[in-house]
Amino acid sequence: MDPVIEARGISKRFGQVVALSSVDLRLAPGEVLGVVGDNGAGKSTLMKILAGLYPPSDGTLLVEGREVRYSSPREARDLGIEMVYQDLALAGNMRIDENIFLGRETLRRIGPFGVVDHAANLRRAKEHLEKLRIHVKSATQRVEELSGGQRQAVAIARATAFDAKVVIMDEPTAALAVKEVRKVLDLIRDLKDHGIAVILISHRLDDVFYVCDRVMALFHGRNFAEAPLEQVDRNEVIGWIMGNRSGQDVPAGHDLN
Amino acid sequence: MSQAGEAPHTLESPADLRPPRTAVRLAGLFDRYGVLLLVLVMALVSFAAQPDVFLSERNLVNIFRQNSFYFLLAIGQYIVIVTAGIDLSVGSVLCLGMMASAVLTPILIPAGGADPGLLPILILIAAPLVVGAFAGWVNGIGLTKLQMPHPFIMTLGMMFIARGVANIISGGVPITGIPDGVRFIGAGNIPILGFEIPVSLIVVIAAYVAVWAFLMYTRTGRHVFAIGGNPQAARVSGVNVDRVLIVCYVLCGLFAGFAGLIVLGRTGSGFPNAGMGDELYAIAAVIIGGASFFGGRGTVLGVFAGVLVLGLLRNLLNLNNVQPFWQQVLIGVIIIAVVAFDVLRRRLSTAS
Repeated sequence: MDPVIEARGISKRFGQVVALSSVDLRLAPGEVLGVVGDNGAGKSTLMKILAGLYPPSDGTLLVEGREVRYSSPREARDLGIEMVYQDLALAGNMRIDENIFLGRETLRRIGPFGVVDHAANLRRAKEHLEKLRIHVKSATQRVEELSGGQRQAVAIARATAFDAKVVIMDEPTAALAVKEVRKVLDLIRDLKDHGIAVILISHRLDDVFYVCDRVMALFHGRNFAEAPLEQVDRNEVIGWIMGNRSGQDVPAGHDLN
Repeated sequence: MSQAGEAPHTLESPADLRPPRTAVRLAGLFDRYGVLLLVLVMALVSFAAQPDVFLSERNLVNIFRQNSFYFLLAIGQYIVIVTAGIDLSVGSVLCLGMMASAVLTPILIPAGGADPGLLPILILIAAPLVVGAFAGWVNGIGLTKLQMPHPFIMTLGMMFIARGVANIISGGVPITGIPDGVRFIGAGNIPILGFEIPVSLIVVIAAYVAVWAFLMYTRTGRHVFAIGGNPQAARVSGVNVDRVLIVCYVLCGLFAGFAGLIVLGRTGSGFPNAGMGDELYAIAAVIIGGASFFGGRGTVLGVFAGVLVLGLLRNLLNLNNVQPFWQQVLIGVIIIAVVAFDVLRRRLSTAS
């Protein structure tokens, strides 16, 4: 089966700074891939390229086997590639349902005018939250009234509201209270059950080992190592993050968490 | 979902399930209706002070007539403030729009000529609107394409430019002789149900309803609020932020030009210091009406009430022969008091 998304030889330079050099990535439908690496390893840059926020300096992107080029997040979204941003790209002053449909509002025609159909948006938002079993007091609450975990859930609901094939999540649990982390991770498992592939960037190896099928490490902007999760242990992955392939040199008990 | 019966992702913390405290609920009521309450209080005080005069048809119509151009300046300013922006040029753009029409008048309608017909009148009416929208467009382009660090800079520049151009084209002197057809918008009346309703009041109400519908029911309008709430969120959601911002500044300029047309009609002349300082008055009305400088917050009804609060204040002081300088002092006090109250309210609701 074709990978749902594939990156071949992606490089990215910002002026003199080389953020990525010739990085490959493949993701099967319904797969959850963990991407790890130290700060500055190029994880977020790679994800922003996949999500259409940056164009790559070199290399090709393929979605379901077809080469694509996109110049905006919107084009990536139209192909089913969604991103949940680290800083939660939600508008706090707007309602949950409005955030979910921001930029993709349902319109109703009144004469020559396209009018935003608030009732339809609300109904669809409720159905979608229900489908993901995300329970909030009301879909008309303003996002600024929500807890961090609720906001993360809304951000994920937003990313999956329109036939997403791939959802990219950049540190989705970093800002959450401990008891909310598990709920967000379970939400990722639910996405997988719906056949949605997920790329998860996380510093928390607990997260990676809880939800991922495969883990891949970037080091200094290059592919460093990758393996199915059942073939690696935590110490090995910690070694990868630090640029160590064998895992033997990591002192026992040394844990990045 | 796959495994039925599994615990749902209930992300509510117990605190969310508690009913809100009374103080919070009161704060919410004030959030929505506070400024309307202020309008009511002002009206009652005015009525108590001058029961015979205040409620007379003449006085009420006067309040709207005198404030109609403030209503228009404020509604444009409001759109821009929702994006977390500001437009300091509206007072000057008012003047430029007015002067454009005044300067064109003797060219299109030579003195002592025959009846000019409808076309020149329509051009003179359209001129302030076109000029205002163009100035707003320049503001929007400067802000987005030249990537000015803050709309303050671009519109401050435009404030001087528009005032300067208004003086250049008019020679810095008042221009009179505006034809009645043009003055009709600012000074005319239409009889409705036996009342002489000012045309400018009808224009104001139409403008407010149009802006409300635009902000609530069009995609672009919703995106105006999204940009005010979190421009980054809007951008990654596929909103063309630059385009929306340009639309906002064009609308603001358009309303400033319209305000110029109204003043031109009321005074029957174009004069070079028209609108001076009115940008700050419009900003004050918007803020009193409950909009936030940080963007994303406010209502059209609030702006209407904000202008009315200031208008009623001036009316009250005028009717009671209070020295006009006290108006300035009181406007300042009201701005500070309203915002201080708003800060307090916000602290209350986040403390819960």
